[in-house]
Amino acid sequence: MRPLDAIGFALTSLGSNRVRTALMLLAMSIGVAAVVLLTGIGNGARLYIVDQFSSLGTNLVIVIPGRTETASNTAATLIGETPRDLTLNDARALERGDMVRRMAPLNIGELNVKRRGKERQVPVLGSTAALLEIHHLHLERGTFLPEEDMEIARPVCVLGAKVYRELFGQENALGEMVKLGGFRCRVIGILATEGRSLGFDTEELVVVPVAFAQMLLNTSGLFRILVEAKDLGGLDRLKKHIATTIAKRHYGEEDVTIITQDSVLATFDKIFKVLTFTVAGIAGISLVVAGILIMNVMLMAVAQRTAEIGLCKALGAGQLQIMALLVTEALLLSTIGGLLGLLLGFAGSWAAVQVYPTLQTTPPLWAIVAAMGTALLTGFISSLLPARRAARLDPIQALARH
Amino acid sequence: MIELREVSRIFTVGGQEVRAMDKVSLTINPGEYLSIMGPSGSGKSTLLNTLGLLDTPNSGTYLLDGQNVTSLSDTQLAATRSRKIGFIFQFFHLIPRLTAQQNIEMPLLLAGTPRKERMERSSRLIEAFGLGDRRHHRPDELSGGQRQRVAIARAVINEPAVLLADEPTGNLDRTAGAEIIELVENLNKNGLTLVVVTHDPEIGERARRHVRVVDGRIASDTLRG
Repeated sequence: MRPLDAIGFALTSLGSNRVRTALMLLAMSIGVAAVVLLTGIGNGARLYIVDQFSSLGTNLVIVIPGRTETASNTAATLIGETPRDLTLNDARALERGDMVRRMAPLNIGELNVKRRGKERQVPVLGSTAALLEIHHLHLERGTFLPEEDMEIARPVCVLGAKVYRELFGQENALGEMVKLGGFRCRVIGILATEGRSLGFDTEELVVVPVAFAQMLLNTSGLFRILVEAKDLGGLDRLKKHIATTIAKRHYGEEDVTIITQDSVLATFDKIFKVLTFTVAGIAGISLVVAGILIMNVMLMAVAQRTAEIGLCKALGAGQLQIMALLVTEALLLSTIGGLLGLLLGFAGSWAAVQVYPTLQTTPPLWAIVAAMGTALLTGFISSLLPARRAARLDPIQALARH
Repeated sequence: MIELREVSRIFTVGGQEVRAMDKVSLTINPGEYLSIMGPSGSGKSTLLNTLGLLDTPNSGTYLLDGQNVTSLSDTQLAATRSRKIGFIFQFFHLIPRLTAQQNIEMPLLLAGTPRKERMERSSRLIEAFGLGDRRHHRPDELSGGQRQRVAIARAVINEPAVLLADEPTGNLDRTAGAEIIELVENLNKNGLTLVVVTHDPEIGERARRHVRVVDGRIASDTLRG
């Protein structure tokens, strides 16, 4: 039998029971659509996170007080003592390495900002002039933090675009005073509208000199120290430099955690890949269920078409040919169902992008291939048993039935 | 030419052996018109199925055109069935979702004949069998006689050596039955070997050679007149 004729014959068989065929196609297409859509969303989330981190620059090293590996089971944490703070002096010491291009200490807190009776709660970043470059921020107007010693608590601030709009409307803000956590400070610059960066909406930020932030937040410690390496190759040496410098200053204890963007990126990348595989796997189960449905329905079809199968044998079909006919039918179902599923899945991801544009839910190629592959494979495997049963039918008994 | 030599077929039903064919020897020459008759359960259907390569004997030899077919594989048997044997049945066994023409083409389809040739050959038979205006109808739109004519066309489209008919008129009224018998007899006159299994003495008597089967054995084998 020619392949095209086999397909044609299988099509007439599928067409002769439309409801049954439609239900099997539905099951198959839902399975494939689920795989495509869920992996698309998982992949979108991964790309989103990776993109967020990349915007920070990958040759950045972040120093965090405390060792994350040991933080949960030391005596210090049990009695409620936090690890030793990072200080401005630590930051200054780190800046002296020869691999360091830029360094910015960082403090974060939430404070009230007030002007002429308008008031709102904003996240306040305390840092230095270097933050502008390190964090890839852009100024709309005015200047960023002054290039001066970081110990100077100069009462100036740079407003995020939204904070500016809400406090000043269309008015000029440069040189004006606002009240930040009860202290007066002068507005020297306004950040450009830029969206989000590492979880902070830069439109809603207020940036102040780090010493001023320490005063406002009443702390002598730092939240982070950001160090940018001169080049990617020097990253490991830089990490070593930071570890030894801090150990020297902290009486021999390496009580900081040093993370690079690369490692953070790699971790998130890994987490989201695993997550995507997991949802793909769960969606894959629905494909297997669809396969079982196909097997069940084909077994019924074989029982119903006993006479026809017997007849085909009498007309010169061998066992292999009978099997091939039934497998063709199942593969046809899986192919059509799979293609419908892809269509459905892509429509779903398109709809998701319309609703939530930042999430680029393009399903990865491997997911499409895997979904179609699983559909075809389950179709094939689940048709083998019915096909074998059909092939082994005794033609005489099959034909004796009326 | 068909030659059975001491062919036995034994079924085991509920632990008991049933000898459906007990050392049957039978020779059928090309162009013969032969009827197989006998009571129910006598083994005449088994004999027909064996002749048609649908059933394999437990012992004995079956030579079809000089070839021993008892040792053929399933695929070889199927190929031999396809080339040399045509079947018609009491219940026609047409595929309900296919048109008359598609049903007639089934053996060619299974044999892998190209579409154009299938169309030509089936069209010729459709005209010859007076089914011209019925070719695109499905079986449920055909009368019993028309259905059996479609079945006969299907059986002979591959130009087999022998046509095996299992109660071909059993499901037809007298007129339609007579038409069908005339049709197959005409085919026989043109050289096709014809074997008819029937209960109906009136049909059976028309053959030139009568074989009676009783309890799995050939009880009599006589030529008419």
